Amino acid sequence: MSETTPAAETRRRRPQSLIAAGNILRFLAKTPTSAFGLLVLAVLILTALFAPLIATHDPYLQDLTNTLAPPDSAHLFGTDELGRDIFSRLVHGSRITLTIIFLVTIVVGPLGLLVGTVAGYFGGKTDVALMRVTDIFLSFPSLILSLAFVAALGPSLNNAIIAISLTAWPPIARLARAETMTFRSADYIAAARLQGASPARIIWKSIVPMCLPSVLIRLTLNMATVILTAAGLGFLGLGAQPPMPEWGAMIATGRRYMIDSWWLVTFPGLAILSVSLAFNLLGDGLRDALDPKQMMKR
Amino acid sequence: MKPLRIEKMSIRFGAVTILPEVSFEVAPGECFGLVGESGSGKSTVLRCASMLLGTWSGDAKVGDRSVREMDLMERCRTLQMVFQDPYGSLHPRHSVRTTLSEPLKIHRLGDTEERLAQAMRDVGLPVDFLDRYPHQLSGGQRQRVAIARALILEPEVLLLDEPTSALDVSVQAEILNLLVRLREEKGFTCVMVSHDLAVIDHMCERFAVMKAGDIVEVLPREAILDGSARHPYAQELIAASLAYEGAA
Repeated sequence: MSETTPAAETRRRRPQSLIAAGNILRFLAKTPTSAFGLLVLAVLILTALFAPLIATHDPYLQDLTNTLAPPDSAHLFGTDELGRDIFSRLVHGSRITLTIIFLVTIVVGPLGLLVGTVAGYFGGKTDVALMRVTDIFLSFPSLILSLAFVAALGPSLNNAIIAISLTAWPPIARLARAETMTFRSADYIAAARLQGASPARIIWKSIVPMCLPSVLIRLTLNMATVILTAAGLGFLGLGAQPPMPEWGAMIATGRRYMIDSWWLVTFPGLAILSVSLAFNLLGDGLRDALDPKQMMKR
Repeated sequence: MKPLRIEKMSIRFGAVTILPEVSFEVAPGECFGLVGESGSGKSTVLRCASMLLGTWSGDAKVGDRSVREMDLMERCRTLQMVFQDPYGSLHPRHSVRTTLSEPLKIHRLGDTEERLAQAMRDVGLPVDFLDRYPHQLSGGQRQRVAIARALILEPEVLLLDEPTSALDVSVQAEILNLLVRLREEKGFTCVMVSHDLAVIDHMCERFAVMKAGDIVEVLPREAILDGSARHPYAQELIAASLAYEGAA
């Protein structure tokens, strides 16, 4: 039995999670559908990061002498009714989409996880109270509820994000609660209680790691809905406000010219389609990759 | 070393009475066995005594302190438990190091590295197993980790809930020998639940036969072989067990 220095141990310990992450990525890359999802997302993220470099024009620059121009070499995807370059607007719009997804996810994930694990672990009255609140939120269609929130808060991108977050956490909470209930009476939870761990510590250290894979999967699948809801709100004029190049809003304004200028609606539509499809495929892939039986092999 | 005294412990779930009224005493440093068929309430006694179940009446005293009077931290350092199924009692996403260092963090004990290494040596596992995960360990190794976790807080009383029944026979013997050795070294008082009289014979000085939540008879170890049990159910249980051993 050799004595190892603490430094050596941390070096040996850290790779465990890195190896797991690497394995999951490798698993995803091997399946064609989830590989497609990963690829589209990588393109989306790179586009958002380097938007000013990729865009050929200023997304806000109007050119009233060249409105509704069909796609050609100067304007890859054509121009809109104010002569703005659609390609550049799409590229800059990816930033808005990513911001929405990111903000909604970091609000919804922890909130849903917290409500669900607390309800599931404590049970009894806590559970009843938290779950009835969840039920109330679940009993409205999410788009209608976000519409109501945006109408109350006033139309803007930030309010759209808040509204979407408020409507997206209940399914996550339900899921986390169901997961929690399956192992709250497990022996390892009893053992943690016998060691004097506080409920907060048990939830954070023992229960959250067990819920995390399914919550991650659910969040990924949710992102497609989030994108569609954001686009829907944009389309209805309640999300991003003009002149922001939000994809849903672009479709909304392009709708009037749809019959003779197909490119106004088609390209933002394709962008929304491919990104939400990518998230769905990736979520499906993650479900396979994070399956406990698969995890055992790692 | 402190004695453990269970006084008139009783618990019911709704209309079902699990334990009508159970009392027994365990001498300091003794290993006391609880035997009986499935559902006779053996494990429930341990879960009540460790306050995993809180809705019982009666009392459990370690020395002259009742487990109800102790605060959580004191109780954890007095009573610890080893569970039946080593596959379910270790958190699947925690490495052995996390599993063992968690109680040290909760109780703010220093010298973590040293204590971890000592705990591993105590249960006969190599120190570099600290960075393994439960699924990388065999059943016997997992149960050793579970025992190390129970003993790392140096409890006065160790409750063993069928610690070997999920393991195959050769590993059972190893775990039992380990428990015997640790008891000699550390001198804790011990209550062991089992349905296997051979295991009781190996570990315990005295044992109680339970039926439907009641203790029907408390017997010394020798009673397994010399047939001095009085109560018909105890006689039947011992005879059945011996016949099974003979056939096997």
